[in-house]
Amino acid sequence: MRYLPLTPSDRAQMLARVGVNSIDALFQDVPAFARFDGPIAGLPLAQGELAVERHMQRLSHASVAAGSVPFFCGAGAYRHAVPASVDHLIQRSEFLTTYTPYQPEMAQGTVQTLFEFQTQVAGLLACDVANASMYDGSTACAEAVVMAARITKRRKVVFSGGLHPHYRRSARTLAKHSGLDIAGLPIAIDDEAAVLAAVDQDTACVVVQCPNVFGTLTDFTELARAVQAKGALLIAIFTEAVAFGLVKPPGDMGADIVAGEGQSIGNALNFGGPYVGLFATKDKYVRQMPGRLAGETVDADGNRGFVLTLSTREQHIRRDKATSNICTNSGLCALAFSIHMTLLGDKGLKHLAQLNHEAACETADAVSTLEGVELVSPSFFNEFAVRVPGSAAKVVDAMAAEGVLGGVPYSRLRQEPGFDDVLLIAATETTTADDIAALADTLKKVI
Amino acid sequence: MAMNTVGRPTTPVAHDAAAPATFSGAKGLLQPTSLIFETGAIDRTGVDLPPVKGIKPRLGGLARTSSTGNPGLSEPEAVRHYVRLSQRNYAIDLGMFPLGSCTMKHNARLNEKMARLPGFADVHPLQPISTVQGALRVMDELSHWLMTLTGMQAVALSPKAGAHGELCGMLAIRAALDARGQAHRRRVLVPESAHGTNPATAVQCGFVVDEIKAAPDGRVDLSDLKTKLGDDVAGIMLTNPNTCGLFERDIRIIADLIHEAGGYFYCDGANFNAIAGAVRPGDLGVDAMHINLHKTFSTPHGGGGPGSGPTVLSAALAPFAPVPYVVKRADGSLDLIEHEADSDGEPFGRMVAFHGQMGMYTRALTYMLSHGADGIRQASEDAVLNANYVQACLKAHMSPAFEGVCMHEALFDDSWLDGTGVTTLDFAKAMIDEGYHPMTMYFPLVVHGAMLIEPTESESKASLDAFIATMTSLAQAAKSGDTARFTGAPHHAPVKRLDETRAARKPVLKWTPPAEISQIAAE
Repeated sequence: MRYLPLTPSDRAQMLARVGVNSIDALFQDVPAFARFDGPIAGLPLAQGELAVERHMQRLSHASVAAGSVPFFCGAGAYRHAVPASVDHLIQRSEFLTTYTPYQPEMAQGTVQTLFEFQTQVAGLLACDVANASMYDGSTACAEAVVMAARITKRRKVVFSGGLHPHYRRSARTLAKHSGLDIAGLPIAIDDEAAVLAAVDQDTACVVVQCPNVFGTLTDFTELARAVQAKGALLIAIFTEAVAFGLVKPPGDMGADIVAGEGQSIGNALNFGGPYVGLFATKDKYVRQMPGRLAGETVDADGNRGFVLTLSTREQHIRRDKATSNICTNSGLCALAFSIHMTLLGDKGLKHLAQLNHEAACETADAVSTLEGVELVSPSFFNEFAVRVPGSAAKVVDAMAAEGVLGGVPYSRLRQEPGFDDVLLIAATETTTADDIAALADTLKKVI
Repeated sequence: MAMNTVGRPTTPVAHDAAAPATFSGAKGLLQPTSLIFETGAIDRTGVDLPPVKGIKPRLGGLARTSSTGNPGLSEPEAVRHYVRLSQRNYAIDLGMFPLGSCTMKHNARLNEKMARLPGFADVHPLQPISTVQGALRVMDELSHWLMTLTGMQAVALSPKAGAHGELCGMLAIRAALDARGQAHRRRVLVPESAHGTNPATAVQCGFVVDEIKAAPDGRVDLSDLKTKLGDDVAGIMLTNPNTCGLFERDIRIIADLIHEAGGYFYCDGANFNAIAGAVRPGDLGVDAMHINLHKTFSTPHGGGGPGSGPTVLSAALAPFAPVPYVVKRADGSLDLIEHEADSDGEPFGRMVAFHGQMGMYTRALTYMLSHGADGIRQASEDAVLNANYVQACLKAHMSPAFEGVCMHEALFDDSWLDGTGVTTLDFAKAMIDEGYHPMTMYFPLVVHGAMLIEPTESESKASLDAFIATMTSLAQAAKSGDTARFTGAPHHAPVKRLDETRAARKPVLKWTPPAEISQIAAE
């Protein structure tokens, strides 16, 4: 077995040194009835690289890769061009095969990149402080909700009708079991501010999204003030981080907590994971934040260095009184995000965002001029919603049969009366003029 | 004829032990580093993009006016920045990483290559089901492996990490209790030796934690457990092999006691790597267990994630699994169930957007196919043998916390350091100088000054012998009064011991331009 260095004679020598006759003696505490004599049945035996690769290749070929067809899916995961150096650098042994930096003297590479990541995220979202990442956007959203309840000591949570349904559902799962009451507003393409009417004396937070799941952009500045005046917090969610190269960031609108998905910078689609949750807030709430934090300090010689800090919030110290049960962050995905962001810089990010917006504008023009297709997002960044005749899911399946991945039907996220005909279409810098023409032609053909 | 010595091999001359500091800040091959904010420029970029067209924006007047403040680097600068930083990290690929409970085994590169195949990496989670059959096959095959290896009836793949898997299992338990009208069962028993995530998870699920004492042999104190049972008990969260590296001999009795009391048995699967392929947790009475794919099945730890924590469930809990899950259609193709029957998300619902950590599923499946049922068993046996070998060779120099054989990790306390002036922390920092990542220290909490050593099956006998020799020399140095070697350590790492107290007292959590810092100081 190519991954196991011990030889039979090594094993014999080592057993002798331990003072036992056989490996079974080391499993003596396992009840006899539960011990297997040989390999567990029903599974294949060891195989060489060639055989394994052949099997995995066969599985890979049984899916349609996004890059092989005209592709317009978004709804929380976006296909962008990631520079080759990003994937190369994150595969450096010293990044790939190391652990959480519990021994900072031999992990300065990891802790410093987390410190840089936190700075980049805070800058992108225009917030005071960001953590070292969460599992993904949806879990970041869930953690933001319970954090708001901790801060305000209130029990009610209000979700907007434009929040990504998976985020709403995931946050609901955690919030419900934390004893919170949930007020989910009716699904709405352009009514994020409706949350204000639901805020009462027991409301911990409102959860709004920009761009929302329908692509609509909303300025939360007034809303944030009004919500805060009632003693609640405004949580701003996003699923497309590239947007903030062009769109006013939530921190500039006065959001108390900003949480969302960072996949679209540095990370592949990966069929939904692993991704990287971004999480930022105001300085005054930092000690209520979940997740890891890297901080600057000095070593015994007075030289600058970095460590994980404020860990008294965390489960390995606080146990049942921790701010969250989170143990890992999304280290390598955060590194990919950070490297891609470093390559872009402020200038590159703005340029990239501009290209995305233009691709979406051109796509919107191409499809909304079709008979029966109506653009329903009043404003958008790189994703918008249209209504199509009949079921959007059927339209998407029909387009797929024609070799075009033409978007995501809203019903895939949530089955909601009155929204069966809503199709979410995303375009990025990877979208070509030919792709847009193929989408328009195919959509016209199938409706 | 006189020989021209230019270009000839050099001969070392005797030199002063105290080397002068360099002018550049480099230490030979170890290059100086800076922050990207100090070397980058706001108008520099390492990405070439096509020109914009100047289309009229449709942002609804919501254009960004502030700068992100994030500088850019050209590609050669960026590559150098990250390669230099990487050289300040220790890694499994450099040497032994005996961090107990964390399972730092070799990360096979075939797994990386397979995860990047376009049919897995370049597939959107919401593409039509007909276009993602290969990705669903990966999920289905992985599920089959996990259920077969654990002897369990169902698996929820979507949890994003071990702690997230704990949450999944405990939420399933809560949903099952609610469904049978026993919402009053809110007390969860957790051994005092448990991982911190266990009590934190229980509380996040709305349970209260009741600690169970450890017996003198490092296992659950059965008599204490019995006194804590009652009709308000929701279940127990137990790690097995436990955090002391010991198998809970009475596990079947514990399972029966919990079940008779009307509760469920959650097993923390963090240490499944000791028994995978040899013992099925389902046979031991487990109702739910998360599996850290990044431990047992070697998906890379990546400096702190991404992890992946699929959670296997017994027949009793299977109906309460979260969405999504894969099902087989009559025609043999696969489908993905993404919506709960009840749109309100009862009884449990969804834990995360999309379908979990696909990139980890492909790596773990590649590991499983490579090892096979026989190789997985052999890996577990080798991991246990390696730990016992280390324990046997070190017990004359350090003090094992418990008598007898261990499973995949060897636990020592700090009584052997009594009177030396060296603490577990000092000893760990001295290991850094010796080129080893320290073992897990001060965990589990039930052992004073704990040192938890997990070699894993990836270490050869020669590697273990070198480690044992170094540990023995260090132990002798500590006992012989060579205290400065420890209290000043690390001496040879890129930085000296770091001031964590200062970092927490006045947190600096992001880079601030020097001009702004002096402005703040002036105010």
